[in-house]
Amino acid sequence: MHGPHTEPLLHGVMAEFRNPEELLEAIGAAKAAGFTKLDAYTPYPIEKVFDALDLHHSKLPLLVLGASIVGAVGVFGFAYWASAIDYPLNIGGRPLNSWPAFIPATFEGAIFHGGLAAALGMLLLNGLPRPHHPVFNVQRFVEHASKDGYFLVVESDDPKFDGPSVRRFLEGLAPVEVNEVEN
Amino acid sequence: MNPGSNDGSYLAPESVGKLGRIGLVAGVAGLVLLAVGFATNKDQLFRSYLTGFMWMLGLSAGALGILLLHHVTRGAWGVMIRRILEAAASPLTLGFAAVAFLPIALGTHSLYEWSHGEVVAADAILTHKKPWLNTTSFLTRSAIYFAIWILLAGVLSRLSARQDETGDRRLSLWMQRWGAAGLVAYFLSMTFAAFDWLMSLTPHWYSTIYGLYVIIGQAVAAMALVALAALVLGEGPSPAVPFQPRHLHDYGKLLFAFVCVWAYFAYSQFIIIWSGNLPEETAFYASRMNGAWKVTTIVLVLLHYALPFALLLSRDRKRSAKALAPVAVLLLLARWLDLHWLVAPSFSKDAFTIHWLDLAAPLALGGIWLFLFTLGLKARPLLPANEPFLKEALAHD
Repeated sequence: MHGPHTEPLLHGVMAEFRNPEELLEAIGAAKAAGFTKLDAYTPYPIEKVFDALDLHHSKLPLLVLGASIVGAVGVFGFAYWASAIDYPLNIGGRPLNSWPAFIPATFEGAIFHGGLAAALGMLLLNGLPRPHHPVFNVQRFVEHASKDGYFLVVESDDPKFDGPSVRRFLEGLAPVEVNEVEN
Repeated sequence: MNPGSNDGSYLAPESVGKLGRIGLVAGVAGLVLLAVGFATNKDQLFRSYLTGFMWMLGLSAGALGILLLHHVTRGAWGVMIRRILEAAASPLTLGFAAVAFLPIALGTHSLYEWSHGEVVAADAILTHKKPWLNTTSFLTRSAIYFAIWILLAGVLSRLSARQDETGDRRLSLWMQRWGAAGLVAYFLSMTFAAFDWLMSLTPHWYSTIYGLYVIIGQAVAAMALVALAALVLGEGPSPAVPFQPRHLHDYGKLLFAFVCVWAYFAYSQFIIIWSGNLPEETAFYASRMNGAWKVTTIVLVLLHYALPFALLLSRDRKRSAKALAPVAVLLLLARWLDLHWLVAPSFSKDAFTIHWLDLAAPLALGGIWLFLFTLGLKARPLLPANEPFLKEALAHD
């Protein structure tokens, strides 16, 4: 038996819809009702669902920009330190700080760190790798999420979340089925 | 028909005609100024005129290049702007460019060292280059360049007009074939044109990437033009062309890419010459990166690369014509600065120069060009009705 202060019993409440239009309508209704912690699952990417859930403004680009700047400054600084401070070497009479020669490596450093930040930051922000997700506890989801089901989940960390009333709300949107998603 | 369009006829709005009249007035005013310049300072006139001419040509030639690229790739992004590109790279605008080249043909003595027989005779390198760099072959080649561009613009315009009439599916294939062959012809002819008209200003100096550098600059100019045209044609509650944020996102991304490639070519040329450190090659940068032109070089890098790069990183800015427009205006100004940076130091190594004629020339040529461009926009519907990809291009996402 769960005590009063353990992890919430529910990940959320899930409603299944027949097509993207119904799903979009449901997202609109849920947002209008004041729910904020929403997630949708579709068999293929649907641009309008991204728009409706406002998923375009990820923190990832800022992370990539920051890492790229660190990479560029780091590589340039290292090249400068190596050529002008630590081991000054006269190459063809050029100045020790021959910055034009550092630029290609600086550029590559920016791209490399940006690429690393994009890949690792993506994993950090989306929580992957993850061996199991509560939505797979719903039988209909397992059977239809990759084929013909369009699912909306109101998650339990939503400030307005309260199991039974959320269930009633979703049932009011004429879904195929509503299921509690157990953790 | 698409709900976002004005009754599906896609005709140019009133504002286009007004812009054309503004262009015409500016053009005539600029021509008067150029006439004054011709009477008072001939050498300066031709130098300013060459910069202004290359700036205006970039709008047409860049549009031709992007149009060819669109026909080869058949992307939906290009369908929405095909008529804008066709109006910018039409037989009319390129024909005007050919006429506008005549003053340069008359001014070779003010512009090109190699056009003076006694200078060539006293110089072993110029004597060696004489079979290529002499007035007759210079003018012959110039005529060939214009013939190629006008031919390509004419063929693509005719094919597109025929598609409007008949809807024949095979026309798409013909456009693609002309696009592929045309891209090769455009890159070769524009490379040689850049060598002839700009690089030969300093006839001892050479750089093989110079043509590509000029070409990608033209692509920047044309894409900036497209962004501004999208603002004019896509404004209001029932816009002439129903541009959506995702279309503008594509144009913003292309503009961003062209700006980056410009910087890449500029740096490629520089790093190779800097690494080689040979006197006959470094002369170009020695006169631009030290002394009088140093500030111009820094400003050019900032205005043509650093600033637009930073601004175009933003997704929201790329998805709105209003937000994209200031960047486009900035880049059109930077295009002029880039050409001024290529031309002016050839005549004045030790002092930074900017003359009022430098502004009169782009005003005159750009004004008349704008007028001809708006004529092209008004001549036909702004979307190709029988284009197989039109539906895909118009679809809401």
